[in-house]
Amino acid sequence: MTQLPPFVSSGQSPLAARKLAMAHGSYQVIPDLDLELPAGKVTAIVGPNGCGKSTLLNGLARIHKPRHGSVILSGKDIHRLPARDVAQKLALLPQENSAPEGLTVSDLVRFGRHPHQSWLSQWSGEDQRALDNALTAADVLDLADRPLDTLSGGQRQRAWIAMSVAQQTPLLLLDEPTSALDLGHQIEVFELIRTLSREGKTIAMVVHDIVGACRYADHIVAMNNGRIIGEGIPQHIITPELIRDLYGVYCDVIPDPGSGNPVLVNFRQNPTG
Amino acid sequence: MKLPHYHMIAWLLLAIACLMSLLFGAGSIGPDSALGLLMGNDDPEARFVIMELRLPRLVVGLVTGLALGVAGALLQTLTRNPLAEPGLLGVSAGSAFAVTLAILLGATTASLTTLISQLGALAGCALVIAATRMQGVGQDPVRLVLAGATLTGLLLSLSSLVMLIDQRAADEIRFWVTGSVAGRSWDQLLATLPSMILAGLIIVAVVRPLASLALGEKVAMGLGHHPGLIRLAVILAVALLVGGATALAGPLAFVGLVVPFVARGFGGADIRKTLWLCLPLGPALIVSADTVSRLLVAPSEMPLGVITAIIGAPVLMIIIRSRRIPTL
Repeated sequence: MTQLPPFVSSGQSPLAARKLAMAHGSYQVIPDLDLELPAGKVTAIVGPNGCGKSTLLNGLARIHKPRHGSVILSGKDIHRLPARDVAQKLALLPQENSAPEGLTVSDLVRFGRHPHQSWLSQWSGEDQRALDNALTAADVLDLADRPLDTLSGGQRQRAWIAMSVAQQTPLLLLDEPTSALDLGHQIEVFELIRTLSREGKTIAMVVHDIVGACRYADHIVAMNNGRIIGEGIPQHIITPELIRDLYGVYCDVIPDPGSGNPVLVNFRQNPTG
Repeated sequence: MKLPHYHMIAWLLLAIACLMSLLFGAGSIGPDSALGLLMGNDDPEARFVIMELRLPRLVVGLVTGLALGVAGALLQTLTRNPLAEPGLLGVSAGSAFAVTLAILLGATTASLTTLISQLGALAGCALVIAATRMQGVGQDPVRLVLAGATLTGLLLSLSSLVMLIDQRAADEIRFWVTGSVAGRSWDQLLATLPSMILAGLIIVAVVRPLASLALGEKVAMGLGHHPGLIRLAVILAVALLVGGATALAGPLAFVGLVVPFVARGFGGADIRKTLWLCLPLGPALIVSADTVSRLLVAPSEMPLGVITAIIGAPVLMIIIRSRRIPTL
């Protein structure tokens, strides 16, 4: 186990968990967890299946209520804020999204304006600007009138991300945005996420792909059995020992000749071989 | 607002259906004297036939068609199932059974019958939602309809049983239970109006959140909506609409299936576009089906429920036989 430094609150994080405990019914998934997302960075939450990373994300996004502890959104308990206020600060892209047949990209992205509208106010000039910006940011402007079911996996995922961008929130949470995509589409989505973070968004994503996480995340949170067993910038925390503790496999870690980011090679089930 | 041309066509169809409904059948005056009255000739016989027989019938048809078309579209979006239709899922049957019991127990006032009918529809909705939570049923559109057909069959048998008990009630129930817009009084119509308006207000408030629910529960929550509240509001609106329509015209199946199906064919899957199109299409279907029911076996009449079933059953088969049932 990687030794964790004592938890120190900087008070700067836009989204943090304090002594968070989450459960599915009587099954406790996360016993006690503290986390602060670094502002303006991409945080990747990694870990084996069933380690509680999606549960953590759902807790952070106010989808599920914690058993104990709290989630703090810019200084306030997220469960004491109205859903609409939260939706103006935090956008969530769940895993496995489905849309009604025939829904176009621009129809979808328009939904991102819901937290800024009420049933009395109609589509405003500001909504239109946010829509255009989101379509441009996610590079789906050319696809605006295409039905989602006619797009490639990567294009479709970019359209969903565009919907979150239209929400104009400082925070974006994504649950496995690249699973079910092939390599080219994975890179396409990761690059978009990185661009959004450079433009000032604080992003947290649950990812299965540890290799992609090493390359595209500024900050990695490694989880196992509902606990954080390692946290920090990829160069510091990605070690063969951490990978063994997470997935029970052995590998070597070498620095990427270009960026210096860790690259995992030579995966194996036994220490030697 | 700029409306696509198919909206114009739908409203035009409704206007033609309304005119036909005033010109033909129900009453012993021909189209020429009916037209004469509409043009301003004051013929007492024509006036009686139009004002007392055909006009109430037309308005009942308009209200019923509006309610059932809209309720079908709402229920289909809520269950994400294009086959979810109040008449097929047992919502109308729940409502009909409640009214049958009420008539047996001696309920006579229109407003009481309407309320009881709506409570019955609410119970039917609750059963539908419970069924969608059952393992395997919620995911499979056709199995939900099978569950609904079972419930409908059971409730209609119970209604028949009630008719065996009481001969007086039976006469009152028999024609109503096959579905008809004929012989309704203005009182009965007025009794349903407040709840129809309430349903309309609920829909206006809930339509945008409901549309987001079609993207999944978590997405809706992420956009600041409350899925539980949305479901509750939609179920309430469906119960008010179907209960009101059933109290007026009896349990009419297939209207809530055909109308949204056609509307989606033109307007796409977005619930807001579907609802806008259901406004003219639902009434147009019922009003023209009613006119046909007067003409087919004149001078007697076919029950309206038979006509809607004749139109609706093939549409049901088309949807089921299409290679893949579209998700909503």
